[in-house]
Amino acid sequence: MKPAPFEYVAPRTVEEASAALRQNNPEGKILAGGQSLLPLLNLRLMKPKFLVDLNGISDLDAIRETPGALSIGAMTRQSKVEHSSLVRERCPVLAEAIRHIGHIAIRHRGTIGGSLVHADPAAELPAVALALDAKFELTAKGIGRIVPAEEFFIDYMTTALASDEILLQIVFPVIRPSSGYALEEIARRHGDFAIAGVVAIVDLDHGGKVAEARIALFGVAPTPVRARGAERALLGRKPDDEAFRDAAALLDDVLDPPEDIRGSQSYRKHVAAILTLRALKRAVQVCASRMS
Amino acid sequence: MTSKYAVEFTVNEKRYGDMVEPRMSLADFLRDRLGLTGTHLGCEQGVCGSCTVLFNGETVRSCLLLAVQANGGSILTVEGLAAKANAGEPLHPIQQGFIETVGFQCGFCTPGFLMTAYELLNENSSPSEDEIRERLSGNLCRCTGYQNIVAAVLWAAERLRAQANR
Repeated sequence: MKPAPFEYVAPRTVEEASAALRQNNPEGKILAGGQSLLPLLNLRLMKPKFLVDLNGISDLDAIRETPGALSIGAMTRQSKVEHSSLVRERCPVLAEAIRHIGHIAIRHRGTIGGSLVHADPAAELPAVALALDAKFELTAKGIGRIVPAEEFFIDYMTTALASDEILLQIVFPVIRPSSGYALEEIARRHGDFAIAGVVAIVDLDHGGKVAEARIALFGVAPTPVRARGAERALLGRKPDDEAFRDAAALLDDVLDPPEDIRGSQSYRKHVAAILTLRALKRAVQVCASRMS
Repeated sequence: MTSKYAVEFTVNEKRYGDMVEPRMSLADFLRDRLGLTGTHLGCEQGVCGSCTVLFNGETVRSCLLLAVQANGGSILTVEGLAAKANAGEPLHPIQQGFIETVGFQCGFCTPGFLMTAYELLNENSSPSEDEIRERLSGNLCRCTGYQNIVAAVLWAAERLRAQANR
């Protein structure tokens, strides 16, 4: 057996899970899909004394439509979100992003909340949450709070979630029928961690000019980042290559990429700009095809 | 010493019960407690896919699932695959396909590939080569005999379609 010994509890309700975390704070750790946590346990990079397994809490496994948004329970499996017709219709960029996560066996167990809380800077879902201005509903000691995506991702693999807190659900605003979207990433093989990636969502006005642009990058900083300067530069512009190139030239102040075996800093900056260009271009194409 | 937990689940249609430490993976349980050593452990960190089994009908990495989490579930391992063949056939078409096309060299990765391909063929008996490659991308073959593995899945798909039309 590879992991260090730990005690284990599998509560049936959020209240029981919350109480177990509180009693074992800060030694306790939540087990969601386990697709990131179990490798860390097997490698003994983490040795939590106590695991609170949320897999038995059926309330946390649901996809619900609310006005203008989809509320997705934190323990909803990635493969369920990927194949949900509601998600594909109302928030298709989410389904597209999940296709890039690991491999099918990973997505069968991996949960949407687990990936967001793990907050790997190279992961797709945190960037999608940031691009969509998703909201995170957390609870501890029976008290709930809502944290916007912008404030949820704090640092490398660090979120606003406290050690005794549980993520209940994530509220993703839907993609308007008039909006285009695209996710572009570079990885060595399908399913590998991205070297760099971009999520772009674009809305055009009646004259065909950019009315709104949202650009979130991943793999290029300790957290996913919004390229606000590039977003602003696109407003009111005709969505052509020149406008996209101008926008992609404005990424530098948000990029703080790691340097590792998969790519140097300068390489990551270079591909971030190219991927931004591609994502904007494809988003606008999707926009046109959705409106026609 | 940590507490032990009672688990009970079905493996290849047979029921098993035991007491386990929570840190025991399903893979270790299958191999060390049940002697089902067809499920191979390569990386034990979810990368190689050798330990792939079906849990409640879906492929999972058995190194990333605790035995205690499998409680109440149903598991299919490579040892149970032949029983999924049509009556009178000794092997499932995906197993036969690996033999026909020589889809293995050392064979270490084969059980994981078989389970991944079995799930794919259950969903889609006419996968394209691209679809096969994308699906198999979560399984590593360090002999790198991927061409023949893809050929094995294509062979099995054709056999399954022929069986369905009979």
